[in-house]
Amino acid sequence: MSTAPAQPIPLPADWRDFLSLTKPRVMSLVIFTGLCGMLAAPVAVNPVIGFVAILCIAVGAGGSAALNQWWEADLDGLMKRTASRPLPAGRMERTSARDFGVALSVGSVLVMGLAVGWLAAAILAFSIFYYAVIYTIWLKPRTPQNIVIGGGAGAFPPMIGWIAATGEVTLMPVLLFAIIFFWTPPHFWALALFVETDYAKAGIPMMPVVAGHQSTRRQILVYSVLMLPISMAPFWLGVAGWLYGLSALLLSAAFLLLSLRVAVFRGGAADGDMRPEKRLFGFSVLYLFALFAMLVADRFLVG
Amino acid sequence: MALQDQDPQAERKRIIAGRNRALALVLLGLVVLFFFITIAKMG
Repeated sequence: MSTAPAQPIPLPADWRDFLSLTKPRVMSLVIFTGLCGMLAAPVAVNPVIGFVAILCIAVGAGGSAALNQWWEADLDGLMKRTASRPLPAGRMERTSARDFGVALSVGSVLVMGLAVGWLAAAILAFSIFYYAVIYTIWLKPRTPQNIVIGGGAGAFPPMIGWIAATGEVTLMPVLLFAIIFFWTPPHFWALALFVETDYAKAGIPMMPVVAGHQSTRRQILVYSVLMLPISMAPFWLGVAGWLYGLSALLLSAAFLLLSLRVAVFRGGAADGDMRPEKRLFGFSVLYLFALFAMLVADRFLVG
Repeated sequence: MALQDQDPQAERKRIIAGRNRALALVLLGLVVLFFFITIAKMG
């Protein structure tokens, strides 16, 4: 009687794999903008409640990131940048990622509602739905405008932070939302220009793949022009002081100049030379950190 | 789910022990968090 060779039993996923599902690097930006939204609000927040609000925003973002990776596991396996994630690398069952994402999402909304407020919890729940369903499942595989509308998902944290502090939706949280909403397309399209081959391989209709480089560069410029008045709006409308206004003006002008380099004056860079795009992408991250840091500095230093 | 070349049982135990420790820390953290939320809500 012959016996079949024993099947090797797959190893369970490590806790680090679960942590990486939450996209900790993206989470750091979410925590930062959420915290800035809360600190910029004109009310004092109980430190414990403030901590819980930021924790819930971060955990909610982590949950939606896990759901994103659960849904996109096959696509992630086709791209070099994402192929080593736990699901495409085969270190985790897909259902584990889905259950983990649902648990984090539901838990963060419930704790936010019970400890902080149900308005903030409702917006947190909508932001998770927006990222996991509207962006990941619906728009990303269907339209090159995926980043424009999907950018709304990343724009919620400062709004939630502000609403967690004040308990109401006013003009300022909407402006904070708008700043990130209009910042997202040039930020991601700059990245998509120099990783285009990866997105094309996965069949994701990123703007450079569908509309071409020239059209994407023009649209980067359009959003960069729009960002100038939008980032200045809190100052013009009197909800932020001169320190923020001056910083927003300088930062947005620098952003616009770098976008001009990408769209019009490429400084002699050849078609394959992506240094202007890489420079814009790098600066866009710095831009958002600096703009929100200045918003908080303005609140505490200028008042 | 990667296959382990050497002593897969030991590797499995190490991974599960790590996950258990991480889960224990999360649960402990939640207990502490809920305690402080309660104090803050009462105040």
